[in-house]
Amino acid sequence: MNKNKEQLLNKRYKAEQRFRLYGQSAIFMALLFLTIFIFKIFSTGYSAFQKTWLIVPVTFDAELMMLEQNPSKEDIQDADYYDIALKSMADLDLNANEDQENELKRMVSYFFEKEIKNELLNDPSLIGKTKEVYLTASDDLDQVFKGNYPRDLPEDQRRVSDYQLKIFDQLVANGKVESKFNISFFTNADSREAELAGIASSFMGSIFSILVCLMIAFPVAVLAAIYLEEFAPKNRFTDFIEVNINNLAAVPSIVFGLLGLGVLLAIFQLPRSTPLVGGITLSLMTLPTIIIAARASLKAVPPSIREAALAMGASRMQTTMHHTVPLSMPGTLSGTIIGLAQALGETAPLILIGMVAFVNTIPGSPMDPAASLPVQIYIWAESAERGFVEKVSACIMVLLGFLITMNLFAQIIRHKFEKKWS
Amino acid sequence: MNLILFTFIVLLGFTSYYFGRKKAYTIQSTKKRLTALPQFYGYYLAIWCAIPAFIIFSLWAIFEPTIVKLLILSDYSNQGYLDDELNLIYEKTKALSRGQFTGEITPFIEASAEKYLSLRSIAQSSKVVIVLSAIIASVAYAYKRISSNSRTREPVEKFLNAVLFTASLAAILTTVGIVFSLIFQTIDFFKVIPLFDFVFGTHWYPAKAFVRDSSEALDPTMYSDTFGAVPIFAGTFFIAFIAMCVAIPIGLMSGIYLAEYASYKVRQYAKPLIEILAGIPTVVYGFFAALTVGPFLKELGTSMGLEVSAESALAAGGVMGIMIIPFISSLSDDVITSVPQSLRDGSYAMGATKSETIKRVIFPAALPGIVGSILLGVSRAIGETMIVVMASGLAANLTLNPLESTSTITAQIVVILIGDQAFGDPKTQAAFALGMSLFLVTLCLNIVALRVVKKYREKYE
Repeated sequence: MNKNKEQLLNKRYKAEQRFRLYGQSAIFMALLFLTIFIFKIFSTGYSAFQKTWLIVPVTFDAELMMLEQNPSKEDIQDADYYDIALKSMADLDLNANEDQENELKRMVSYFFEKEIKNELLNDPSLIGKTKEVYLTASDDLDQVFKGNYPRDLPEDQRRVSDYQLKIFDQLVANGKVESKFNISFFTNADSREAELAGIASSFMGSIFSILVCLMIAFPVAVLAAIYLEEFAPKNRFTDFIEVNINNLAAVPSIVFGLLGLGVLLAIFQLPRSTPLVGGITLSLMTLPTIIIAARASLKAVPPSIREAALAMGASRMQTTMHHTVPLSMPGTLSGTIIGLAQALGETAPLILIGMVAFVNTIPGSPMDPAASLPVQIYIWAESAERGFVEKVSACIMVLLGFLITMNLFAQIIRHKFEKKWS
Repeated sequence: MNLILFTFIVLLGFTSYYFGRKKAYTIQSTKKRLTALPQFYGYYLAIWCAIPAFIIFSLWAIFEPTIVKLLILSDYSNQGYLDDELNLIYEKTKALSRGQFTGEITPFIEASAEKYLSLRSIAQSSKVVIVLSAIIASVAYAYKRISSNSRTREPVEKFLNAVLFTASLAAILTTVGIVFSLIFQTIDFFKVIPLFDFVFGTHWYPAKAFVRDSSEALDPTMYSDTFGAVPIFAGTFFIAFIAMCVAIPIGLMSGIYLAEYASYKVRQYAKPLIEILAGIPTVVYGFFAALTVGPFLKELGTSMGLEVSAESALAAGGVMGIMIIPFISSLSDDVITSVPQSLRDGSYAMGATKSETIKRVIFPAALPGIVGSILLGVSRAIGETMIVVMASGLAANLTLNPLESTSTITAQIVVILIGDQAFGDPKTQAAFALGMSLFLVTLCLNIVALRVVKKYREKYE
C-alpha cells in the first residue's frame, strides 16, 4: 500500500518534470529558430558588402577614342570609349580568338566603358598613356571570387566558361583582382545586373512612404485617440468606432492593398507606383496601431492630474491639451514609432499598388515611381541570378538594422521620458 | 498657383491670430473684463479666417475639373459619341493645351483646347477672388464679434471638439473604404460567374481569362470551370492548419512556461527575444522559406525516398508557424498571468503539483482567452501573404499532401494583380472577390476572438 503511494507520487513528480521540460524545449525551439534565421541571413549576406574589382591596364589611345590634339573637357566627355575598353579587355589574353575576346568582355560589368571614361575625366593627362583601372567584375566572377560559385559543375551548366575561369585565375595569381567595400550597393539604384544593383532607389522610396504615412497617420490617430478617451460620450456610436478600430488592427494587410488599388488608384486617380499612394495606404494600416497606443497612454495618466487642472478652473479642452496630452506623449510617440516600423516592413499592399515596378532612377519626391526596401527584397528574391541571393540578404540586413534602431528608439523614449505614476 | 494660395491662407491665419490677441489686449486696457484668455480671441479670428477659405478651396479643387469637362464636352453632346470616345476627346484636349499632344490636330480639338485654356484661367482667377472675398467677409464678421467682447472660448472649443470627432471617424471611413473598394468589383464578378460556381467549383485557372481577345464580347460559357475557388480555400486553410500545428504547441508551451515557471531573469530576456520573431517583416520569412527551408525539406525528402516539391505547403506553413509563435505565446502569457492567484493557492493547498495545477485549474480557467489568442493567430495565418507568395506554389492544386505545392487566397490576389490591371476584366474582379471572402473570413474570426478575449478579461478584472 505504502509502496503504491510512493510509486504514484514518483509518477506525478516525473510528469511534473516532463511538463517543465516541454516548456523549456518550446522556448528553446523558438529561440533556436531565431538564431538559425539570423545566422542564415548574416552568413549569406555579409559578402554583399564587398565588391570584386578586376585591375586591367588601359591604354588611353587618342586615335581609338577619336580625340583631337589638346581636347577640351567636352571632347573627353563625348569621346568614344568602347574601342579602348574592348581592346584593354582583349589584351588580357594576346592569343585570344574572336569568341574568346567576347568572353573576355563579359568578365566585367557592362558599365566598364563608363568606369574607364570616369578615370580619364578625373585625369585628362592620361591620354596616350597606360594606366591600371579598376573595373567592376561581372556578378558571376564576383561570386567565384567569394567562393559561392559551384566551379565543379560541368561547363554547359554554368554561365562562366572554363576559359573565363582560366583567365580569372591568372589574374588572381598576379594579384590583379581586388575586393573592396561595396559603396555602389548604397548609392546605386536597382539594376538588372546583380553587380551594379543597389538599394538607393528603394531606400528613398521607403523613406518617402514612411514620411507620408507619418504625416497622415500621426495627427489623425492622436486626435481620434483624444476624442475617444477624453470626450466621447459612452454610447452605441462610440462602441461602433471602437469595434471598427480593433477590427482594422487585425485586417490582413493585403486587403489594405486592395483598398489602395480600388479607391486611391481607380477612383481618385492618384499616380501609380508612387510612395504617395504607398504612404497613404500604409497610413490607413498604421492608424489603428497608433490609436490603440495613444489611448493606452492617455488612460495611464492618472485622474488626479485632470482633477487638479479642472479644480483650478481650466476647461476640459484646456485640461486635455495642456496637461493630459503632453503627459501621454512619450507613450504615444513610442507607439507611433512601433507602428511605423511595422509599416516599413510591409510588402503586400505596396505590391498591389504597383510599387514593384523596376525603377532604375533614384526618386526625388513622393510623386516619383519607386520601390521600397521590402519590395526590393521581393523583387531580387524572385530573380534567378545567383548574384542577387547575397544582395537580398544584405538588403534584409539593412532593413532589420532600421527596424531594430526604430524599436530601440521607441524603448528609449518610453523609459527615459515616460512618467511613472506610483 | 494652388500652392501659393494655400500658403497665403495659412499665413493669413497666423496673422489673424496675432491681431485677435492684440484686440483682446486693447479691450483689456479699457478696463473691460475679457470673456476668455486673450489667445482664444486669436484662435477665434484665425479659425474664422482660414476654415471657410479652406472649405471653399477644397470644394473648388474637387469640382473644378468635372465642371470644366462638362462644359468642354457639351460642344460634342449631340454628335452621338460614346462615353469612351468623349473621354478620349477630353484627354486629347488637355494634352494639346499642355503642349504635349503628338497626334493629328483637328480644328475641333484645337478650338476645344482654346476653350479649355480660357475656362481654366477664368476658373483660376474666380477662385482667387471668391476665396479672398470669403476670407474678408468671415474675418470682418469674426472681428466684429471680438470687438463686442462676446464669448470666444466656447466656439473655439466646440470647433476643436468637432475636429477631434471627425478624426475619430477615420476608422469608420477606412472600413467603409475597404467594403466599398471590394463590393462593386465583387458584384460585377458574380454577374459573370455564378456564385455557386465560385464557391463549389474545383478548378481554378484564371489564366484562361487571358486567352480571349479583349475586343470580343464576354462569353460566360468560357469561364465556366475557371473560377472555382475550392482549391484556393482548401489550400488557404491547409497551410494555416500546418502553421497552427507548429505555432500552437510551441507558442502555448512557451507562454505557459514564461508565465508560471520562468524566473524573473529568464522572463526578462526570453520574452523580448521571442517577440523579435513577430517584428521580422514577412517578406524576410518568405525569403527564408523559399531559399533555406524549401530546398532543405526537398533534400531531406529525397534522402528518405519521398517526392517533395521545392515549393511545398509544409515549408510555407512551417515558416508561417514560426512567425505566429510570438502572437500566441505573449497573448496566452498575458491571459495566464491574469488568472487570480487564489485559484493557484487553492490547488496547491490540495496537494497538487505545479503542472497539475496548470493542467487542471489554470488552463480551464484561461481557456477562453487562449482560444481567443489562437483564433487571432489563425486569422493572421489566413491573411499572411508574402510567405505564401514566395515559398508556396502559385498553381492551385486541390491536395491534402503537405509535400506538394498549393496556393492560397492571398497568393492568388497577388498573382492576379501584380503588374497592370484591367478593371472590368473577370480576372481582376476575381481578385477582388477573393479579397472580399478573405475580408469576411478574417472579420468573423477577429470579431469572435476579440469578443471572447474581452469577456474573459471582464471576468477576472
